[in-house]
Amino acid sequence: MTVTTASVPKIGRHFRIQWEEAQKAYVLLYPEGMVKLNQSAGEILKRCSGEASVADITADLEQTFNAQGLQQDVINFVELALQQKWVETT
Amino acid sequence: MTDLSEAQAAQEASTIGPPLWLLAEVTYRCPLHCVYCYNPVDFAKHEDELTTEEWFKVLREARALGSVQCGFSGGEPMLRDDLELLVAEAHRLGYYTNLLTSGVGLNEKRIDALKEAGLDHIQLSFQDSTREMNDFLSSTRTFDLKRRAADLIKSRGYPMVMNCTIHRHNIDHIEAILQLADDIDAEYVELANTQYYGWAQVNRDQLLPSREQLERAERITNEWREKHGNKMKLFFVVPDYYEKRPKKCMNGWGNIFLTITPDGRALPCHTARMLPGLEFPSVREMGIREVWYESEGFNRYRGTGWMKEPCSSCPEKEKDYGGCRCQAYMIANDPAAADPVCDKSPFHHKIVAAVEQAQIPGNPQQVKPLIYRGPKESLQLDRPF
Ligand code: SF4
Ligand code: SF4
Repeated sequence: MTVTTASVPKIGRHFRIQWEEAQKAYVLLYPEGMVKLNQSAGEILKRCSGEASVADITADLEQTFNAQGLQQDVINFVELALQQKWVETT
Repeated sequence: MTDLSEAQAAQEASTIGPPLWLLAEVTYRCPLHCVYCYNPVDFAKHEDELTTEEWFKVLREARALGSVQCGFSGGEPMLRDDLELLVAEAHRLGYYTNLLTSGVGLNEKRIDALKEAGLDHIQLSFQDSTREMNDFLSSTRTFDLKRRAADLIKSRGYPMVMNCTIHRHNIDHIEAILQLADDIDAEYVELANTQYYGWAQVNRDQLLPSREQLERAERITNEWREKHGNKMKLFFVVPDYYEKRPKKCMNGWGNIFLTITPDGRALPCHTARMLPGLEFPSVREMGIREVWYESEGFNRYRGTGWMKEPCSSCPEKEKDYGGCRCQAYMIANDPAAADPVCDKSPFHHKIVAAVEQAQIPGNPQQVKPLIYRGPKESLQLDRPF
């Protein structure tokens, strides 16, 4: 599966992302299971709204965290997330 | 780093995590009579079910502690008329809500109401794939009904997750079971061998499959996987009687699982009620925070400090936490013993003996009549397991 800057990822069917105060982390919930996300995974996934492209998400992250050159990291993570069915792309 | 922050870090590492998983067993009532039912054998003595308001309180308090996955099971949870209300409250609180049902009682009206309430997921259990076998195992005519339930579940956009309990009497039908799963477009299928608790322990010698049966079933499952690829995710769970190391039961006692029984007992696992000498708190008398962090029932077998030999000096003790306390009690007569499934347990020979017996077709233990789960049988047996 190839992910480009134009891909528009969206949280997968049957998955839900939410902030869990008790774990101080974003978690991804699915039937009878849960993944606790590390900070960067959480920040990327919560932007996978089905409206923002990988380029938009990258720009948003770079601005929020005052960083540069995140594009490849985002692409890599979205590819992994696709394999896990955490996200779908349109 | 200052000494103070080091001390804080050490303290945090040793603190008990939240009960991430809440299992709400909302009723022991059930229209089916499964011979392997995991409910306590004396369930009929515990009829005093929590009210809607009492369940709301449980849901709220557990959520506040950090519970996030919520399973509604039973018995048959559909028998609670307020199930939709409970699901709606759980959803409002931010839980991911799962319903574990036999499908009996699921109709258009109720599934729409559940969906509306925010139900996230349904797991449908099947006793077997042929009508005759299904009726034999549950002793009610439910098979067509389950098929209809499967269609309803799919039509409302839920993933089709099917669970089938496997044992000596249905394991040879594994192809038919897989075919059925495929017919209903199941996405996840769990073929779980019976675990010997509750009614399954009563019927254990009749239900334990032979090695040959197991190997055949596993081989067919593997072949199916190769042929059909990823379309359907298949899990095959062997009975732990055939293992040499126990499972990490409940992922550790009081570690992430919290079960509330229909009458409001808080348990670290849904079968723990049978253990002697432990008072498990009632949510009618104690808040969930105190239950989880302070009650004797939850602290007794937490971590590894309670262990005896051979577990206490075992290099694998963090891996399985000594296995299942209920199995230790049922077979070694001591809930703090090593799970006898472990071949280091001095009681392992009892497991081996049961397995050996399962290899001899038609021996008297195997052909004893099965005891069906039911309120009358429960009162007659009048024992915890
Ligand atoms: S195992 Fe069978 S009898 Fe027991 S609660 Fe489930 S469906 Fe009912
Ligand atoms: S001796 Fe105890 S801790 Fe070691 S493997 Fe066996 S059950 Fe697990």
